[in-house]
Amino acid sequence: MNWHAIRAIYGFEMARFWRTSMQSILAPVISTSLYFVVFGAAIGSRVSAVDGVPYGLFIVPGLMMLALLTQSISNASFGIYFPRFAGTIYEILSAPISPAEVVVGYVGAAASKSILIGLIILATSALFVPLHIEHPVWMVAFLLLTAITFSLFGFVIGLWADGFEKLQLVPLLIVTPLTFLGGSFYAIEMLPPFWRAVSLFNPVVYLISAFRWAFFGKADVSLGLSVAMTCLFLALCLGLVTYIFRTGYRLKS
Amino acid sequence: MQPIIEIENLSKTYASGLAALSEVSLTIRRGEIFALLGPNGAGKSTLINVVCGIVTPTSGQVRANGHDIRADYRAARKAIGLVPQELTTDAFETVWDTVSFTRGLFGLRKDPAHIERVLRDLSLWEKRDSRIMTLSGGMKRRVLIAKALSHEPQILFLDEPTAGVDVALRQDMWRLVRRLRDQGVTVILTTHYIEEAEEMADRVGVIRGGRIILVEEKAELMRKLGRKQLTLQLQAPLAALPETLSGFELELADGGQELVYTYDTQGERTGITGLLTALSAAGIRFSDLHTSQSSLEDIFVDLVKERA
Repeated sequence: MNWHAIRAIYGFEMARFWRTSMQSILAPVISTSLYFVVFGAAIGSRVSAVDGVPYGLFIVPGLMMLALLTQSISNASFGIYFPRFAGTIYEILSAPISPAEVVVGYVGAAASKSILIGLIILATSALFVPLHIEHPVWMVAFLLLTAITFSLFGFVIGLWADGFEKLQLVPLLIVTPLTFLGGSFYAIEMLPPFWRAVSLFNPVVYLISAFRWAFFGKADVSLGLSVAMTCLFLALCLGLVTYIFRTGYRLKS
Repeated sequence: MQPIIEIENLSKTYASGLAALSEVSLTIRRGEIFALLGPNGAGKSTLINVVCGIVTPTSGQVRANGHDIRADYRAARKAIGLVPQELTTDAFETVWDTVSFTRGLFGLRKDPAHIERVLRDLSLWEKRDSRIMTLSGGMKRRVLIAKALSHEPQILFLDEPTAGVDVALRQDMWRLVRRLRDQGVTVILTTHYIEEAEEMADRVGVIRGGRIILVEEKAELMRKLGRKQLTLQLQAPLAALPETLSGFELELADGGQELVYTYDTQGERTGITGLLTALSAAGIRFSDLHTSQSSLEDIFVDLVKERA
């Protein structure tokens, strides 16, 4: 195992996060605050409690998940796409590193960044609502699992994209809508039966449901199903990354 | 001594169908400076990229420092440093950080003393805290070399190292390459500047159309294929060569003011004495004379034309 290489990639990627800390830390704090002002104070005051949870508190897991998903994808996709775009990928390809080590370095850094942002959102939320986490260990476990899974997904997008437009395509046109429609701001049971059934095809529903269970002990779908769906998506992303490195797709000619 | 690079029957055909390398076999000796020459699209960069692991070969075997580049890629790649042709650098990182990053990629722990030595050798020490985007093209080229040397490789590939750099920097690089060779590093360079190969290389390989068409000691190549010319400045211009001189390989130049005699440096006799006697007999007088020898560039052009 080339630990020095993993550390080098991880450190290099994290350095970018700290270099742009105004953007990476301040932006989520401001946007979370805005969500609380709009959904928590303005709209939330007119919405009754969901499953006995005040609406302002109810949206915290969804907000964290929204940030976690988008940040994991964008950090990981940009992390591997930029060296391809700039041509510096030659260094990675010619170094004595295995594909698994490359993935651990890039995905580890992307997941770390998004977890940090998730925790910043959690801390910001505490300024607006009284937080209580029912299952803190599970909350951390879901945070890790989701960050790693979606960072892997972002890594795949970064390898697949052949332009900045494609890099943004999946996060903007697929992931963000799925997250909004995945119950970030509402419980699935609040939907009419037809849309509730449709929602079950949205993988993000399972992530948010499980995360919300960790906070409040209440979920839209069963915990086991949520964990199984997340693990399935993780396995799918791992399979794609393995295929890409084995065939050299978009990496080697 | 075991060669440091052994390439056997290496072929590469890209997905587009382009056969970039065809059955290339080549050995590079430990500690030499090897210049790989060839016109654009000859396969120089593909060959380097295969050895470095950037391009996957279609068939053939490559061993670097005794290790198969595929089966034992970690050991093989650890021995290699690569300076690519394009100025592909990071933008926002500092010189120090980017060079240290490369050392880490190659599995080595941090060694500030070594990085300092490399940066000082390349006149980059004063720029160590500068962001790469603020550097000139020449400085970026130095950064690429520093990155390639950060893990103390035994083999250094320089793909067009002096393309687009000024004369002073070029000569700095030549000095650096010689110093590396003195330290035991094997240097393989591709270049368009034949004078660079002539100046530095111990051996020269010529690649054309994905095939190695010649590998030779530089001195031997120039001795074997080099031609000499004797140029005589005539006192009176000649409209045509007299019949009595038809046995000599002569040409009129400069509107008949010069007579150019080409001769083989390897021949037992150069024929110069006979030519001077024949000129005297024909009443042709000259005011001055000089000789010249073909450069590596002339030899290269002849070779590439010949095989075209």
